[in-house]
Amino acid sequence: MSTNSEKMEDLVGKDYEHGFVTDIDSDTVAPGLNEEVITFISKKKEEPEWLLEWRLKAYRHWLTMEDPTWAHLDIEHIDYQAISYYSAPKKKEDGPQSLDEVDPKLLETYEKLGIPLQEQKFLAGVAVDAVFDSVSVATTFKGKLADAGVIFCSFSEAVKDHPELVKKYLGSVVPAADNFFAALNSAVFTDGSFVYIPKGVRCPMELSTYFRINASNTGQFERTLIVADEASHVSYLEGCTAPMRDENQLHAAVVELVALEDAEIKYSTVQNWYPGDENGVGGIYNFVTKRADCRGDNSKVSWTQVETGSAITWKYPSCILKGDNSVGEFYSVAVTNNYQQADTGTKMIHLGKNTRSTIISKGISAKKAQQSYRGLVKVSKSADNARNYTQCDSLLMGDQCGAHTFPYIEAKNSSAKVEHEATTSKIGDDQLFYCLQRGIKEEDAVNMIVNGFCKEVFKELPMEFAVEAQKLLGITLEGAVG
Amino acid sequence: MLDIKELHAKVEDKEILKGLNLNIKAGEVHAIMGPNGSGKSTLANVLAGRNGYEVTKGSIEYDGKDLLELEPEERAWAGVFLAFQYPVEIPGVNNVYLLKAAVNAIRKNRGEQELDAVEFLALVKEKMKLVKMKEDLLNRAVNEGFSGGEKKRNEIFQMAVLEPKLAILDETDSGLDIDALKIVSEGVNSLRSPERSIILVTHYQRLLDYIKPDHVHVLSNGKIIKSGGPELALELEEKGYDWIVETEAA
Ligand SMILES: Nc1ncnc2c1ncn2[C@@H]1O[C@H](COP(=O)(O)OP(=O)(O)OP(=O)(O)O)[C@@H](O)[C@H]1O
Ligand SMILES: [Mg+2]
Repeated sequence: MSTNSEKMEDLVGKDYEHGFVTDIDSDTVAPGLNEEVITFISKKKEEPEWLLEWRLKAYRHWLTMEDPTWAHLDIEHIDYQAISYYSAPKKKEDGPQSLDEVDPKLLETYEKLGIPLQEQKFLAGVAVDAVFDSVSVATTFKGKLADAGVIFCSFSEAVKDHPELVKKYLGSVVPAADNFFAALNSAVFTDGSFVYIPKGVRCPMELSTYFRINASNTGQFERTLIVADEASHVSYLEGCTAPMRDENQLHAAVVELVALEDAEIKYSTVQNWYPGDENGVGGIYNFVTKRADCRGDNSKVSWTQVETGSAITWKYPSCILKGDNSVGEFYSVAVTNNYQQADTGTKMIHLGKNTRSTIISKGISAKKAQQSYRGLVKVSKSADNARNYTQCDSLLMGDQCGAHTFPYIEAKNSSAKVEHEATTSKIGDDQLFYCLQRGIKEEDAVNMIVNGFCKEVFKELPMEFAVEAQKLLGITLEGAVG
Repeated sequence: MLDIKELHAKVEDKEILKGLNLNIKAGEVHAIMGPNGSGKSTLANVLAGRNGYEVTKGSIEYDGKDLLELEPEERAWAGVFLAFQYPVEIPGVNNVYLLKAAVNAIRKNRGEQELDAVEFLALVKEKMKLVKMKEDLLNRAVNEGFSGGEKKRNEIFQMAVLEPKLAILDETDSGLDIDALKIVSEGVNSLRSPERSIILVTHYQRLLDYIKPDHVHVLSNGKIIKSGGPELALELEEKGYDWIVETEAA
């Protein structure tokens, strides 16, 4: 028998299952970024003048900003002029009114991805708003949501149908000038999802969006805005996969969540974008700004993420705990394999009194992958009795990978209680041997141990997502499982 | 059933087993005693196929097969079970879930029908009684936070469920209180059968009051230096190991 670490590395190699390109004519703008392109996008989407102005302002600010430098990321320079900023699948007539009108090729693509866009999903209680490249092509089950007064639509539709809500909340959590990628997104975002839950409403189903990047060399810039009005409740699921590509593709999304008094938002992500091949060629660059504003008293936002994809991930879903007694949670599993790099974590900004935050981060690295956890817990002067609990665990598979933990704590109020625990472990030969001795095959054993390691996070995911996440973990780490 | 000939094995370039011979017939219980560091656990690990334990010489025939040719999981499928001296904790992995995976992996590889949830539960219930296993231990993560004695009992419980052909119990009695020792011993005794062989590694003759061995061996410095019947254990209890080791050296 070879050594365990060698064997484990064999198991780690599994081809990306979702690597194929759909052959559809795209209506793509020439590469490059300037005010004309932004105006083109805005016109194409028939946006009001104020939004165009907002975009241009963001763009002008972006021009003054510098490319961020990366602490623990090894990244090639990105040529922003080589990227095409708009691409839409061609539609028959005015666009699909129902699934029957959606390009069958698209549906086939989703089918291959195992995205159940059709009736099954409805039976499972999930409405799907699918984003293919930059334009939403199908939205289902709006009726049921409409009955509850819930608005769940593409961002473009929201701009047309609910301009007052968009205008009020857009950029109110992540200002256009917040950071380099947020500014870029604000200038060129093409679509995304919009959710509004009215006062006192519990959203009758889990909301789900699948993003997919398809057209070659097209950066994708989604914009998601979720507003939970007073005493409302919503659970939102985001899942991502992308076809195989050689060029690196930039992805810079912005997600803004607003929770008003007594409102609760649960935002779950499974991210499975193409990570590049085993030599580190290709893969998605995933630079996301996700932030929640717990604006009202007693509000709560919970981020749960399972990150297995992308060549480079840079992402810190954060909570601004403004309202008194507001609660922020961050549960994360990040898996990096081969040459993948991830720099992820969260920021919990305590402003209100009695605010509480919990951070559970599980990082798994295999082969030559590098991963950093970066977390900021900030307790302002006004935040009496703020509480934070942080737990950061890293699991290493093999000895060429790395895990780094950077917890930053700034407490300006002496009543704050901030706890931090961190562990780093190697997947134990003794754990593995124990399972083998009981007759369990090595890949199943690894799968079992890794899933056990992630359990605290998986239990935060909605049931069907948890199953998917476990499967994904298996695929990412284990090769030919089952 | 098990025939070990002139076995030499090393760990991290250090030779631990130095020409060990042992023959065990089906249905027999053999106790292996010996000073700390003499190689008892090393033998157990070599039998189970643990990585890093390199056999440099000798042979092990098990059930007509060359045991050394088999991967650890294949040995388990073939009926080899090791109750660990130090059972490892596996956080987040449910104890009974692991056991079900084990049962079905073994059955599948023997070409038997896998057990469904109901059948498995019935089996678990039956075996729980045998070793008076507490139910809450089943639903906790594998060995996580278990007391020393609970870990040992869990090993025997697993053995009862997996029904091995060759069970190697590495100091299962250490850390058990008097009542637990009795219960575990009764459990082991009830698993004695003409098809099942058991190797008991122990430091204490007390265990052998409960589980009567057919043979007792003394392992010292990587070799079996004395074998006898149950009376040998009593003699060891009284005199310690020095007298044999000295006799041997003389
Ligand atoms: N992984 C290892 N690396 C180095 N030495 C080892 C290793 N494993 C075992 N040894 C050594 O091999 C020798 C035999 O160890 P083993 O665990 O087999 O003894 P034992 O007879 O089971 O002792 P005890 O009664 O204390 O359980 C000891 O000297 C021990 O230090
Ligand atoms: Mg030992």
